[in-house]
Amino acid sequence: MQYHDVVVVGGGLAGLRAALEVNMHNLRVAILSKVYPIRSHSVAAQGGINAPLGNHPRGAHDSWERHAFDTVKGSDYLADQDAAVRMAKDAAERIIEMEHWGCPFSRTPNGKIAQRPFGGAGFPRTCFAADKTGHMLIHTLFEQIVKYEQAAERGELKIYNEWLVTSLVIEGGVCRGVIALELATGKLEAFKADAVLFATGGCGRLYTNSTNAMINTGMGMAVPFWAGIPLKDMEFIQFHPTTLYGSNILMTEGCRGEGGYLTNKRNERFLANYPDSRKGMEVAPRDIVSRNITTEILEGRAFENAYVNLDLRHLGEERIAARLPAIREICRKFLGIDPVHEPIPVQPGQHYTMGGIDVNSDGASPAKGFYAAGEASCVSVHGANRLGGNSLLETIVFGKIAGEHMSNYVFGKTDLGAGDKTLEDALAQEEKKLKALMNSDGGENPSNLKEEMQRMMTDKVGIFRTKESLSDAQRKIRELRDRYKKVRLRYTGGPYNYDLASTIELKGSIDVAETVIVGALAREESRGSQFRRDFPARNDEKFLQHTLAYFTPEGPRLDYKDVTLGYWEPKERKY
Amino acid sequence: MADLTFKIFRFDPANDAGPRFDTYTVPAFKKGLTVLESLYYIQDKLDGSLAFRASCREGICGSCAMHINGKYRLACETQVADLKSDSITIRPLGHLKVLRDLVVDMEPFFAKYKYIKPFLMPGDDAPPDRERPQTEGQHSKMIPSIDCILCACCHSSCTVTATDPEYLGPAALLWADRFVLDSRDNALKERLRLVDQLHGIWRCHTIFSCQEVCPKDLDPTGAIADLKRKAIRHRFLGR
Repeated sequence: MQYHDVVVVGGGLAGLRAALEVNMHNLRVAILSKVYPIRSHSVAAQGGINAPLGNHPRGAHDSWERHAFDTVKGSDYLADQDAAVRMAKDAAERIIEMEHWGCPFSRTPNGKIAQRPFGGAGFPRTCFAADKTGHMLIHTLFEQIVKYEQAAERGELKIYNEWLVTSLVIEGGVCRGVIALELATGKLEAFKADAVLFATGGCGRLYTNSTNAMINTGMGMAVPFWAGIPLKDMEFIQFHPTTLYGSNILMTEGCRGEGGYLTNKRNERFLANYPDSRKGMEVAPRDIVSRNITTEILEGRAFENAYVNLDLRHLGEERIAARLPAIREICRKFLGIDPVHEPIPVQPGQHYTMGGIDVNSDGASPAKGFYAAGEASCVSVHGANRLGGNSLLETIVFGKIAGEHMSNYVFGKTDLGAGDKTLEDALAQEEKKLKALMNSDGGENPSNLKEEMQRMMTDKVGIFRTKESLSDAQRKIRELRDRYKKVRLRYTGGPYNYDLASTIELKGSIDVAETVIVGALAREESRGSQFRRDFPARNDEKFLQHTLAYFTPEGPRLDYKDVTLGYWEPKERKY
Repeated sequence: MADLTFKIFRFDPANDAGPRFDTYTVPAFKKGLTVLESLYYIQDKLDGSLAFRASCREGICGSCAMHINGKYRLACETQVADLKSDSITIRPLGHLKVLRDLVVDMEPFFAKYKYIKPFLMPGDDAPPDRERPQTEGQHSKMIPSIDCILCACCHSSCTVTATDPEYLGPAALLWADRFVLDSRDNALKERLRLVDQLHGIWRCHTIFSCQEVCPKDLDPTGAIADLKRKAIRHRFLGR
């Protein structure tokens, strides 16, 4: 058994920031990451990170109040307003801190952090490092981790690279630690900790067409779900309007923030034809632009009935090279086109999970000592629709807050040292389950199940939903859950058994997918990213509520809880 | 569409007497098919025991660096069609211990990166509630080096790394230069002390293979040359 004061699961932005905070409080912290931290999906974030710094000439009157309001309005009023306020208030401090740690932000002519406009924001508020903001931020944080790892005066900070956490141990409402699989050896190990934080990212790979890394399977949401922690608002899946046709690689909203146009096959800037995007045009919020592109595709005004064009040509080579170099590189490498001379074929794709592990604005879950932050969590600041530039911000704001809160929790804890027996039992049980999976001799190839699940989620639980499509999806996911009992591993060796790891994760994906489906089916309204063709209006009377999904072996049990209001009255969301 | 033949390096040190190549036939099932997608096809449909690392599948995380038809590159951004051959041979990264199949031990590589103190050392207090100013010119100086994704292609292609395991190598040295070039950093002396040594910058033979293979088109050779110039100036002029 391994002992640490705090275990952080996930080495992306939220996890690293939380671990750093715990280390600054002189506690022994371990990071368990499925991949090397710098391979986390945070690295793929392109466009930027929001903070009302007022560095843009048109942003001088920006403030945390306006930032918080834009966040709440963007969320279609499902965000908890206290959390949105907390995030906006801390934003500037966190960005400045990242700059002080060496993050190479792009600069204004007078040397300040540059900012650009993003969808749904009243001011140019998005700080950026070209179109590689996530890459720059995570390397900066990882550098600080290296620094503190090397600093003798700090407490221990240990990174366990390539460990897959398979279960969370909670005893009588108190978190005791986790069980994890070491990919290098195939062995299970128990990690005892007084507090555990999950920062494992989203579950984009429930879908075929996703901008997410291959590692975003949703396992990090499934593990606490199995341990009794509810998942919140899982039906809200964000579809990014502009992903590369074919591979669904993200074409940052920065493309539109810098002035790119969206055109259909008639060469029209079609967003002008829709009332909800007429004013904001290309920088209208993501849910709106995604729906309008999809409508163009469905109504036959798209190229090859599949994509529209993202036209950057008028921006000129110099601006594209300076502000969108990665976009240009991706287009060249994956499509063989240069956006300086040719428009980019794009289509909407799954991008972000607004929902996640149910936590409050301290990052604390209903179980004592169990925390979550980043995309894996649902604080909730994004409500039904996240604004661009707020996801990166959420990771470092709530990573820090959760790190601080869990440190205080550990200092105030009175039953330090309890839980050894529970963890030993959990480890033994997990070993039994693993052995059973290794010896399972059914006829199902796990990768086929995964493929069917992803296709079904894309077709039935996508941008437009109906009772019929969601009911179909529910039938299918139950069928897949049954068939999963008959999976057979193709490889049963120990070291780097990715067949084993991905089959374990597939179980998580299936159970998490069901929370998305069931939540969407029960929410008979359209709000933010969820558009129900059969219920096209928002229904505050019934659904100004968070969905909570609790694990049961028969499928998720739903409950609801109120949204925290108090600053702004919900009203119709008009742009 | 024609079928593709993949010859893939296989080795499990715990069970195999020696490495071998396994051959797989993959249909060219889509336009723009990448090597990584082909590897997933093999893992999913043909052989679940194949081990390789991957994450972002868009050329930014650096997980899937490997040796593909004679060159170190990222599997995710390498299109099969661009290889201009229907026979594709894949080996793991070089100069690093094979743990299984295409998975290598990255620890020695990261140890070198960590050795050069890859974090800002500004040496003075930052303005409390605002950024350290940096002009666009100062910022753009760093641009050639801040894009490094630590994929280790350069490390594996370097002939000096092959013969001197202690050589810091192109990636670590590029990172050292990245902080030297940062107008906010104030630790030139310390940084040069770390790299101006037997297994440091002077080991570079300027063969340019690191520059040639870098998937981000960076120039570690140039960065090392920059460090050499600065080290000499520092020795003789003290600045």
